[in-house]
Amino acid sequence: MDYFIQQLINGVTLGSIYGLIAIGYTMVYGIIGMINFAHGDIFMVGAFIALIVIIALGITAATPLLLLILALGLVLVIAMALTAVWGWTVERIAYRPLRGSFRLAPLITAIGASIALQNFVQISQGARTKPLQPLLGGNIQLWETVGPEGNFVVQISYMQILIIVATLLLMAGFTFLITKTPLGRAQRACEQDRKMAALLGINVDRTISLTFVMGAALAAVAGLMFLLYYGVIDFYIGFLAGVKAFTAAVLGGIGSLPGAMLGGLLIGLIETFWSGYFSLEYKDVAAFSILAIVLIFMPEGLLGKPEVEKV
Amino acid sequence: MSRWNDDPVLRIEHVTMRFGGLVAVNDLSFNVGRGDITALIGPNGAGKTTVFNCATGFYKPTEGRITMKRRTGEHYLLERMPDFKISAEAGVARTFQNIRLFGGMTLLENLMVAQHNPLMVASNYTIGGLLGLGGFRKAEAGAVDRAKYWLERTNLIDRADAPAADLPYGDQRRLEIARAMCTMPELLCLDEPAAGLNPRESAELNTLLHYIRDEHDTSVLLIEHDMSVVMEISDHVVVLDYGEKISDGTPDEVKNDPKVIAAYLGVADDEVDQVEEEVGL
Amino acid sequence: MAAQKQDLLAGSVKDAAVGALVAFGLFAMLIGMKTDVSIGGLSIEYRWSAVAIAVAVVFVGRLALNLFVWKSEKPVTAMLGGLVPSQSSASRFGHLITPVLFVLAVVLPFLLMYFLGSRGSRQYLDLAILVTTYVMLGWGLNIVVGLAGLLDLGYVAFYAVGAYSYALLAQYFGFSFWLCLPLAGILAAFWGIILGFPVLRLRGDYLAIVTLAFGEIIRVVLLNWYEFTGGPNGLSGIPRPSFFGLEFERGEGGFADFFGLEFNSIHRIIFLYYLILVMALLTNFVTMRLRKLPVGRAWEALREDEIACRSLGINTTNTKLTAFALGAMFGGFAGSFFATRQGFISPESFTFIESAVILAIVVLGGLGSQVGVVIAAVVMIGGFEFFRQFEEYRMLVFGLLMVVIMVWKPRGLISTRAPSIALDRKKAKGISADLVQEGHG
Repeated sequence: MDYFIQQLINGVTLGSIYGLIAIGYTMVYGIIGMINFAHGDIFMVGAFIALIVIIALGITAATPLLLLILALGLVLVIAMALTAVWGWTVERIAYRPLRGSFRLAPLITAIGASIALQNFVQISQGARTKPLQPLLGGNIQLWETVGPEGNFVVQISYMQILIIVATLLLMAGFTFLITKTPLGRAQRACEQDRKMAALLGINVDRTISLTFVMGAALAAVAGLMFLLYYGVIDFYIGFLAGVKAFTAAVLGGIGSLPGAMLGGLLIGLIETFWSGYFSLEYKDVAAFSILAIVLIFMPEGLLGKPEVEKV
Repeated sequence: MSRWNDDPVLRIEHVTMRFGGLVAVNDLSFNVGRGDITALIGPNGAGKTTVFNCATGFYKPTEGRITMKRRTGEHYLLERMPDFKISAEAGVARTFQNIRLFGGMTLLENLMVAQHNPLMVASNYTIGGLLGLGGFRKAEAGAVDRAKYWLERTNLIDRADAPAADLPYGDQRRLEIARAMCTMPELLCLDEPAAGLNPRESAELNTLLHYIRDEHDTSVLLIEHDMSVVMEISDHVVVLDYGEKISDGTPDEVKNDPKVIAAYLGVADDEVDQVEEEVGL
Repeated sequence: MAAQKQDLLAGSVKDAAVGALVAFGLFAMLIGMKTDVSIGGLSIEYRWSAVAIAVAVVFVGRLALNLFVWKSEKPVTAMLGGLVPSQSSASRFGHLITPVLFVLAVVLPFLLMYFLGSRGSRQYLDLAILVTTYVMLGWGLNIVVGLAGLLDLGYVAFYAVGAYSYALLAQYFGFSFWLCLPLAGILAAFWGIILGFPVLRLRGDYLAIVTLAFGEIIRVVLLNWYEFTGGPNGLSGIPRPSFFGLEFERGEGGFADFFGLEFNSIHRIIFLYYLILVMALLTNFVTMRLRKLPVGRAWEALREDEIACRSLGINTTNTKLTAFALGAMFGGFAGSFFATRQGFISPESFTFIESAVILAIVVLGGLGSQVGVVIAAVVMIGGFEFFRQFEEYRMLVFGLLMVVIMVWKPRGLISTRAPSIALDRKKAKGISADLVQEGHG
């Protein structure tokens, strides 16, 4: 039972990261109906920018707590801003010229952009993995049980609290942005009918660009959290995280924001529980198999709208 | 009783179709007589296309039974069959309201695809065809002849090798009918075949439909808005409103049915004259 | 006129300046500050001059593009466009390209041997084998993506199934290559059916993601099932194919001995080249033939409009399944060739990037175009190998090229569709790709 709770906490943390990336996929899919394959690599770029800023600012575990939190806030803002520029650029160069062109073309440019981003970072930052000393150590011991095989402590680290709280805050802010602001309205209008939205005076290009910018900013948050949580990144982390996040988006019902978050959490949980109870090696297989099963029996995902075939 | 009840080719009995809370078709029953041109009419949103989609297997009706009776005497319960089998086995072919052609394929190819099932058998499910066995060649030549025949009937033979998407609108409508006829159906379902046609094309369509009915022993069920078309060519008219049947009879009977007039006049005041004219009052 | 020029210049400079600013935002951190692992954690190496160069390149590049391409009345690219065969000339030369390429492919080893000798031609033959393998894979995938319009992002899985099938069958049962080749194809097709059956009902993008997931699953299983697949160490000592029972070995009874030739290791390479060439041509032959059969026409019809297909009595699930299985089968064939050529396989050879490259070859070549696949494979794989000395940068350039080519020609290099049947062969023309649908399922 204790082990179960511990896995639950770990799973929710990992799921928060996946969920944040998944939002980027789901928004882009919702608005232009394409799989933004490079999104995983945008996440990776975000993690790298965060790492660079952390080192450049000289943040270490020795920084006083208040200052540390302020500094991390600054890191977050810079990483979000600069990663957003990357997201914007990829859209501008690789996707916008192909808007309205046929469906496979942007998918290929997306794969191309993904390859290019990975290798760009590999060249500019080196291929070696980058370890970061834990900045925020310590944890809260929730309870302890004494068992025959020794004591087991259920604990939640400050880092996990930070990740979960930050995700919740961002999700709340984000939901507000989509449901209550003109930008969100424009976005939803473009999702429904891009041509009509354009006729009604919505700047479709700008709305789509902003979608990419927002997705990239959230991916940067996920990147920072990934960096802080695992303490090690390399140029290749984007691929697997990206595929899993996309899986999460599909699982939750692509196009649905709460769905992306829910899917992220589920994928995080499945992965942690699988590695906790069965085998570490096959955790990716577990996530993908669940995806396949869900798609076969519930093609619209958990929270997606069922699609009526128009005849 | 009317003659369409004597030997119906298609029998629709107590069909209800619900989408969530919306009842699109409610307890509808009517017959399509063998060798008739039957028209299904009604205002927008009356549920005509839904009935069509139920009969051709694209929707499964919530309740009710749809029976196709072939010349051989065999009965097919359409609501239980997957859509592709309805065309392949029950002999029901259809066209679509928003034309669905294979735009990147030539006219001839479109008509060849329609003969997929017999050709598939002739090619021994690809294996014989791959090895170039004789039977397939002959079957293919026969299929090309049939395609040519329908291209000639629809005046499209000159453009046989042009892509379907390049055809003007009216020609595309005719090609879709030709393609449906290539499946050699006993019942041809046409979803607004005259929509967007000019008067000349409309007249050609009438001739074509009569030809199909008389020379090919094919019954026709059509949805139409254009009253002049309906009244001129159909033998039997069924009127729907809000998913229910409000009238059923010969064109003359229907034209004078007060319920039909009410349904069609139930529009904005300034359209009354126009509608009256359309109904032929 | 002069004022207009002035405006053009000013506008271009402004645009280029904005571009440079964005470039600074992009590169300031990732190029300008390189993280290095040093004692006591990470440190940063500052490289501002590199950033300056990158920003300057963007500024000059954008300025030049603005002045001479985008806003210019006579874009330089128009000239460039002239170099590429236009729609009409492509169909005119189309009849010529295929036989020329065919003859070239057949005589290639002799040409190389004649000009470069056996020692010098070896690396080019190896490259030719590699390119031909990708051509075959591209043709196999073309059935699925190009004809049937099904988006498959995990094609490499079938390649892996083929390769491992051969390696394992040879290792455990001692089967020969010629016995394993059909078995590998059948096994791959079998996997294609198993995977395809549940997922082919799904929408196109879902199919893409499930196939991608499947590709990853296969790789992870191969990686972790030590006892059976050797895990990350892979399988080695995979037997080489024989020439109708003649081994390519020195001494009596070998290939050279039998034909009275002097032993030369190049014989095997040439044999492998012809082997893959024949396999690839067989793939092409079968595909071209199937296009003219009802099943092939149904594939293309499916790509155009699935609902219309169903209304015509076509069993769409089975039709998709045959395309999927057939594509998988050719992938399996290519896989067992790969295994026998390398003599060693490991999961590393079957990553997602391989699937992406094969898909890129198909799409860049022009969906459904067989010649397009050849051109794209030669350009991409050949070019990629050609720049081997720039090891570090070539993947970057590869990725960027994929973007650039696609933006330039979204429909691929060869983008006309030849009708599969015509009343009048002479009058029948290629169908412009703009009319051809790309499939949804």
